[in-house]
Amino acid sequence: MLWYTGKRLLQMIPVFFGATFLIYFMVFSLPGDPIAALYGDRPPSPGVIAQLRAEYNLDKSLIEQYLIYIGGFFQGDLGTTFSGRSVSSVMASAFPITARLAMLALAFEAFFGILVGLVAGLRKGKLFDASALVVSLLLISVPTFVIGFVLQFVFGIQLGWARTTVSGAAPLDELILPALVLASVSFAYIVRLTRASVSDNLNADFVRTATAKGLSGRRVVTVHVLRNSLVPVVTFLGVDIGSLMVGAIVTEGIFNINGVGGTVYDAIKLGEGPTVVSFIAVMVVIFVVANLLVDLLYAALDPRIRYAK
Amino acid sequence: MTELVTETVNQTVPSSNDPLLDIRDLEVGFQTQYGVVPAVRGVSLTLYAGQTLAIVGESGSGKTTTAQAIINLLAGTGKVTAGEILFEGRDLTRLSAKEMQGVRGSLIGYVPQDPMSNLNPVWNIGFQVEEAIKANSPLRGKEARARTIEVLQEAGLADAADRLKQYPHQFSGGMRQRVLIGIGLSARPKLLIADEPTSALDVTVQRQILDHLATLTRDYGTSVLFITHDLGLAAERAEQLVVMYKGKVVESGPSQEILANPQHPYTQRLVAAAPSLASRRIQAKKNQDAPAPEIFSAGGTDTALITRATERELAASGKDLISVEGITKMYRIRKSGLKYDELLAVNDVSFGVKKGTTTAIVGESGSGKSTVAKLILQLESTTSGRIEFEGRDVAGLKGRELLNFRRRVQPVFQDPYGSLDPQYNVGNTIAEPLLAHNVGSRKERQKRVLELLDQVSLPAATQFRYPSELSGGQRQRIAIARALALKPDVLVLDEAVSALDVLVQGQILNLLTELQTELGLTYLFITHDLAVVRLVADNVCVMQRGRIVEAASTDEVFNNPRELYTQELLAAIPGANFAFGR
Amino acid sequence: MPSSTPNNRQAHVVAALDETPVAAIDQVNETQKARSTWTDAWESMRRRPSFWISSSLILLIVLVALVPTLFTQAPPNSNCLLADSNGGAEAGHPLGFTRQGCDTYARIIFGTRASVTVGLLATFLVTLVGVVIGALAGYYGGVLDAIVSRIGDIFFAVPTVLGAIVLLSVLPERTPVTIALVMSIFAWPQIARIMRGAVLTARNSDYVTASIALGVSKFKILLRHVVPNSIAPVIVIATVSLGTFIVAEATLSFLGIGLGSDIMSWGNDIGNAQTSIRTAPQVLLYPAAALSVTVLAFLMLGDVVGDALDPKARARR
Repeated sequence: MLWYTGKRLLQMIPVFFGATFLIYFMVFSLPGDPIAALYGDRPPSPGVIAQLRAEYNLDKSLIEQYLIYIGGFFQGDLGTTFSGRSVSSVMASAFPITARLAMLALAFEAFFGILVGLVAGLRKGKLFDASALVVSLLLISVPTFVIGFVLQFVFGIQLGWARTTVSGAAPLDELILPALVLASVSFAYIVRLTRASVSDNLNADFVRTATAKGLSGRRVVTVHVLRNSLVPVVTFLGVDIGSLMVGAIVTEGIFNINGVGGTVYDAIKLGEGPTVVSFIAVMVVIFVVANLLVDLLYAALDPRIRYAK
Repeated sequence: MTELVTETVNQTVPSSNDPLLDIRDLEVGFQTQYGVVPAVRGVSLTLYAGQTLAIVGESGSGKTTTAQAIINLLAGTGKVTAGEILFEGRDLTRLSAKEMQGVRGSLIGYVPQDPMSNLNPVWNIGFQVEEAIKANSPLRGKEARARTIEVLQEAGLADAADRLKQYPHQFSGGMRQRVLIGIGLSARPKLLIADEPTSALDVTVQRQILDHLATLTRDYGTSVLFITHDLGLAAERAEQLVVMYKGKVVESGPSQEILANPQHPYTQRLVAAAPSLASRRIQAKKNQDAPAPEIFSAGGTDTALITRATERELAASGKDLISVEGITKMYRIRKSGLKYDELLAVNDVSFGVKKGTTTAIVGESGSGKSTVAKLILQLESTTSGRIEFEGRDVAGLKGRELLNFRRRVQPVFQDPYGSLDPQYNVGNTIAEPLLAHNVGSRKERQKRVLELLDQVSLPAATQFRYPSELSGGQRQRIAIARALALKPDVLVLDEAVSALDVLVQGQILNLLTELQTELGLTYLFITHDLAVVRLVADNVCVMQRGRIVEAASTDEVFNNPRELYTQELLAAIPGANFAFGR
Repeated sequence: MPSSTPNNRQAHVVAALDETPVAAIDQVNETQKARSTWTDAWESMRRRPSFWISSSLILLIVLVALVPTLFTQAPPNSNCLLADSNGGAEAGHPLGFTRQGCDTYARIIFGTRASVTVGLLATFLVTLVGVVIGALAGYYGGVLDAIVSRIGDIFFAVPTVLGAIVLLSVLPERTPVTIALVMSIFAWPQIARIMRGAVLTARNSDYVTASIALGVSKFKILLRHVVPNSIAPVIVIATVSLGTFIVAEATLSFLGIGLGSDIMSWGNDIGNAQTSIRTAPQVLLYPAAALSVTVLAFLMLGDVVGDALDPKARARR
C-alpha cells in the first residue's frame, strides 16, 4: 500500500504541472491579445491593461510567465479577481459552502445510487429494474440546469417547500434541494454502473461458492455481491468529481449560492475572464488531488491493486 | 469436533440400507430466448453413505448441472422441471430457500471446479473460511478463528495461521484448491460434491490433493459425489460410476465392472479412447472410415507399425532438422520498488529433432516448456544458446529470411477459442497465411482453402462459418489447416489437444498422425499430459523448472524412467494402473 | 477403497440404446446460417423495440437538422413581434412564442442543426483521435505508450466543460465547429484509455501471436485483427457521449459562453428563457424537451448497442 501510495503521488506531479500549464497556455498563447480576449466586449481602460500586462508578465516568455504564476501558486497567491480581491481570500469564504454542497450531493448520489442500482441488479428484467433504467436515462438526458429550474419552480415557487435562493451562510437544510439537483445526473450514472456490476457479480463463481457454503442470501448479497460491485463505483466517483464541479457552477448559479461555483458563474456571466481562469485553475488542482484520494480508496477496496507492483 | 457432527445428525438416523442421496428422473432446463432448453433429461442415481460415486461425461453432458441442482446452485435461468432429489429421504427440490440454506455447507459440502475464480478476490482467506464456519456452527470469535486454522491445516496448508490475512491472488492454484476443499469439509458434511476439483491443476498436485481428499472423507465417513471428464480419474477414485451423455445417463454401476465390460456404445468409445500407459503410438491408417476405438487398440502385430518403425529408424540416422544447443531464457520480474527478480524460465536446454519424427516436451506449469516453443518459433529471443533449423542459426533472421523461416515452421496453440480471430470467418482465417506470403491468386487461394478443409476432414461449407459457431475440436482443426496452408516442414503444437474432450482429443491426435505420414511433417509436441505423449511421440524431453531432466525415446521413458521426477509424473497419471477394455 | 455392504451394491445398468443414440464425434452443424459477431449483434438488436424507437428518432432528428424547411414554413427569425413575447399557443404557432416574440416551434426546428452538429462533430473527432492514439499506444507500448499516456493524463485532469469554459472565454468566435473542437481537446483521453485497454487485451490474445508466427506484418495485424476486436466498447461509449456533448453544449450556452447569440440553438433558447422561467416556463421547457429527447435517443441506442456487443451478455444468450 505504501509503495502504491508513493507511486500515485509521483504520478500526480507531472499531471499537476501539466494541467496548470495547459490552462495557462490556452489562455495566454492564443493568437491575439489575451487581455482583450479575456474582457470580450467590454475592453478595460489603457491603465488597467498596462497593470494587467505587468501582473501577468506578458512581456516575458510563456515558460517564464508560467513559472512565476506557479511559484505564486505555491505561496498561496492564486491570482486576483476582477474586483481586486485575492482569489485565495474568496476561496477561503466560498470553499466551505461548496464543499458542504458537494459532500451532501455525494452522499445522496452514492447512497441512493448504490441502493437503487443494487435492487435493480438483483431484480434484472423486473418492473423495478425497468423503471430504474428509464428514470436514470431521463435524468442523464435532461441537462442539470433544466432539472434545477424545474425543481426550483415546483418546490420553491409552487409548493413553497424550499427557498428558491440560498441565504449567504448556506445552512445545510437550505442546501438539500440544490444538492439533489447537483446529484441527479451522477445518481443516474451510479445506478447504471452498480446495476451492471451487481448483475455481473451475481454470475461470478465465487458467489455460487459463497451460496454453497450455506450463507444466507442477505449475506451473499451484501458481503460478496455488493462489496465487489463497489470497486467500479469508486473509480467512477473520481471522474465524477469533475462533473460535480461543472454542476456546482450551474447549481450555485441557479440557487444563488455564494460558493466557488456561484462565484465562477457570476464571473462568466459578467465576462470577467481573469477571475474565471484563476478559479478554474484551482478547481483543476482540487480535481487532481481528489482523484488521488479516490485512487487510494480504490486500492483500499481491492487488494489486487494494493499488492500490484 | 465430534459435537459438531452429532448436532447435525440427530434428526432422523436413516438405516444403513437407505441411500444417502437418491436422484429420481431429474429434469433440468434453462430458459432462453428460444424457449426452455433441457440440460438434464431424466437422470437417476443412488449414493449410499460412505460411498464415492463419480459422474463421468464430456463438456455439455449435464454432469455439472446435475450436481448443482442437488443444492440448487443452478446458474441464472436454470430450473428443476421434474423429478426428485431425495437426501436422507427428504426431497431437496421442495425445500424453501431457508431450509436449503441449512442443507448447504452443513449437510452437503461443495468443492467447485476452478480454484482461480471461486474465491472472492477482495476478501482474505481467513475471512472466507471463517464465514463458512460461522454459517454452519455456533462457533464465534476466537473459537471460530481457531477452527479456521484447524480446517486449513487439515486441508494441507501447514502454515495456515500465518496466512489467514493473505488474499487469494497471493496463493497458488493448488493452495487455493486446498482452501476450497477445507471450506467444503469445514462442517463435516455427510455428502461432498466435488466438481472437477483438480482439473485445473498439474498432475502431481492433482494426485496429492485427491489423495488428501480421499483420506479426509474416509476419516470423516463423508460420501463423495465426484464430477469429472476423466474416466481414468473416476475409476481410480470412485467405486461407483455414472456415465452421462447429452443430459442422460447411458450407463451406471460399479467402476471395475464398467471398465472391464462397457456395454453402451458411448461408454465403449470412452473406454477405448482413455489414454493409459498400456496404449501404443497411434499408427496412421489410410482407411479414413475406421471408427475411433480401433485406432487406439494396442495392436502390436500391425504391419503398418513395422513399416513406420523402419521408416522412422531410417530417418533417425539423418541429421537433426531442428537442433537446440544450450538455450537459456531469462525474464526480469519487477518486484516491489525498483528491484527486479531474475527468473530463469529456460535453463541450458539442448535437444534435437529429426525430420519426420515427433518430439514431445513434457512438463508441469512453470517448467518452461511453452517458453521453449516460443523461442523456437522466434516469438521471443533467447538470452543465450543457439537454435538451428537445417543447420542454420535462426536467431538473427530478419525480413525475407525470417518470413521464409515462419513459412516452414508453423504453430498450433492450446486454446482453440483464443487462437482464431472471432471476427474472421474460417475461409479468411485459413487463407490469411497465403495472403501474408503473397501466395497464388484469389482463385488459387480459394481452392487451397477447400483442399485444406478436406485435409482436416471438415465440410467445404465450413469456410463461411465463424469460430464461435464451431466446437473446440473443430476450431483446432481450423488452426491445424491454417498452419498447413503454406506446406510447412515443422508444426509446433503447444498443448494443442489439452483443452479438448477425450474423444475429440483422440480424433485430433489421429488426424495429426495421418498428416504426419502423408506430408512427412516434423512435430514438436508441447504438453503437460504424459498419457498423450505415449500416443504420438517418438522422443520425449521431460522438463522441470526450466531444465530438461530426462530425454530419451518414448518407450524408454515409459518403460524405464531413470529420473525420480519422471517416475512421479508417470505414477500421477490418473488411471495409470487400469487396463482399459481388457 | 471402502467396501460396500452387499445390499448397497448397485447393479450395472445400461440405458436403452434407442433412447440414447450416439452421434458421430464432433460433427459440424451444417444447417445453421453463418453468424459473425456483427450479424449476431444485429440479430439481437433488431429484436429490441428500443432499438427501433431510438434509431427512428435519430433518423428524424438528423433529417430535421439537414432540411429544417420540411418541417416548418414559419421563418424563425423574422416576424418576431415583441408584442407576442412569451405568448401562448395560437393557430399557426403550436408552441407559442419566445421572449423575443419569435415562433418557438420554428426556433426549435431550426435550432436542431447546431446541437446535432456539435454532438456529431465532437463525437467524430474524439473517436478518431482516441482510437488512433489509444490503439498505437496500446499496441506498440514502450516509450510511445508512456509518453502518450502521461499526456492523456494531463488532458484528463481538466474536466471537459471546465476546460471548455476557460478556452471559450478567450475565443472571439464561437460556432458549432469551434465548440466541438474545444470539447474534443479535453474529451479524447477517455476514448483513448478505453481503446488502449481493449487493444492491450487483444494484443495478448493467441490469434495475434498466431498471426505473427504465420508471418503477417505487425501493422497489418493491428489493422486486421487488433482494431476490429477492440472497437466494440468504443462504439458504445461514443454513442453515449454524443448525447453528453449535446448536453454540454447546452450547458455552455446556458452559461452564456456557448454558441454565439446569433446562432439558433436549443442551448441559447433555453439560456434566453431562464429569466422568464417563473412567468412562462413553457418557453424554456419546449427546447429543453427537444434536447432531452435527442439525448435520450442516443443513450437508448448506446444501451442497445452495448448489450448487443457485450461478450458476457452474448455468452448468456
